[in-house]
Amino acid sequence: MTAKLELRNVHKAFGDVEVLRGIDLTVDEHEVVCLIGPSGCGKSTILRCVDLLDRIDAGTILLDGDDITARGVDTDAVRRRIGIVFQSYNLFPHLDVLDNVTLGARRAHGVRQAEAEERAMDLLARFGLADHARAYPNRMSGGQNQRAAVVRALMTDPEVLLLDEVTSALDPELVGEVLATIRELAAGGMTMVLATHEMGFARDVANTVCFLHEGRVLEAAPPAELFEAPTHPRTRQFLDRVIEAGRL
Amino acid sequence: MRRLWGEEGAKASLIAVVSSVLVFGGGAWLVASSPNWPRVRDQFFNRDDFVDAAPAVIDGFWRNLQFFGIAMLTIPVLALVVAIMRSLRGPAFFPIRALAVIFVDVLRGIPLILLILLLGFGLPALQLPGLPRGTTFWGMTALTLSYAAYTAEIYRSGIDAVPESQRSSARAIGLTQWQALRFAILPQAVRNVVPALMNTVVSLQKDVALLSVLGAREAVREAQIYTSRTFNYTSYMVATLLFLALSIPMTRFVDYYSDRYRRQRSQAQI
Repeated sequence: MTAKLELRNVHKAFGDVEVLRGIDLTVDEHEVVCLIGPSGCGKSTILRCVDLLDRIDAGTILLDGDDITARGVDTDAVRRRIGIVFQSYNLFPHLDVLDNVTLGARRAHGVRQAEAEERAMDLLARFGLADHARAYPNRMSGGQNQRAAVVRALMTDPEVLLLDEVTSALDPELVGEVLATIRELAAGGMTMVLATHEMGFARDVANTVCFLHEGRVLEAAPPAELFEAPTHPRTRQFLDRVIEAGRL
Repeated sequence: MRRLWGEEGAKASLIAVVSSVLVFGGGAWLVASSPNWPRVRDQFFNRDDFVDAAPAVIDGFWRNLQFFGIAMLTIPVLALVVAIMRSLRGPAFFPIRALAVIFVDVLRGIPLILLILLLGFGLPALQLPGLPRGTTFWGMTALTLSYAAYTAEIYRSGIDAVPESQRSSARAIGLTQWQALRFAILPQAVRNVVPALMNTVVSLQKDVALLSVLGAREAVREAQIYTSRTFNYTSYMVATLLFLALSIPMTRFVDYYSDRYRRQRSQAQI
């Protein structure tokens, strides 16, 4: 069976700073993979590279066996197969929720407006946002913004959903509703890669947790294993600090 | 008006009235006490000349309004094209970006009146086949080019003020670079710079009068013609009043709008 998403020896540098130094990562269909690690370890960069928002310097990324980092690949077609949600939601402030969610379908994918809005309303209802379809982002809470951003990412029916620290910008009392959304997606069989600082959540929802350090995957294991008995001293050190800070 | 007079209260109002009378009354007295005032009054504020000059100057002012109207269509379009050219990404677009930079640098660097003279008198003299010969046409072209250069920079500052993450998320939902610009970036960019654009409109409305150097018979030119015929300058006052009648409401509106806009902007997220 081919993996849903596979990164082979992926390298990426910004100027002189090598952010990814040979990432190998395999994500099977319906699998939820959590990327954990200290700030600057490359979690977000991995996600941005997979969505082709940043171009990798070396290596290969395969989506369902297709090399999406090869020359001449239609990046817009690839992005349609992948959904991404950002830390700071990034909804378009000049559009209401419904227009935010349907913009890609209407403008890029040639879906008729009525059709796009019907699908959008279904999704918004599923995530408890039906009443906010005509609200503008600055009139909603961070949690509502983030859930709307998830809906926007789901509009293309993506094969893989990438979540980049989607709860980091939220007030603590709003984290729960967004995590519940992700949990529901996981239960529905969505293939997901999450960069996260929510260790408790990672332990709960992930099939595999990857510990990243200085641009490499140091350790990848089921959460029970990685959190209870990390094999790498760096992992242990990181987890100790997290426990000390009361985040696990 | 309340804001103009400061704090509420009778005492504050009284102070405002007294100080206004002192300042404005003093100024008027100073002017009127000049030994030459009767002559100046006759030269600039003559009622008969005012009535005499008004029809021609008002007629010319309509032409100003026409020029203004046309420029209001041509400038934003050209400016937007230049701003978009300048904000394109990727090495393939380097020549386009360079062209936009050169356009802006050169046209911002030439005094408007000089550009109007150069194009207005220079290009018709070339007698190139297919090109219009009218000096006014080239004057308008000069006005458009110069203002477009400034306006393009205003647009660009608006584009630059849109966070990079907006571009990322537009690309992420499958929009092409062009679609991202058109549907996600530009609408925000234009909103960012509306107050600055409106200030440009106010100054454009006045700079249209520079076309008089090419002989276009607009308000200032008509006033000049009256003056050279009668040696009386009241016609200039007619033109001045006409410009003020248009620009003061515009300026007030810009202030009001910018104020409201800033307040809306500063309403924090819930």
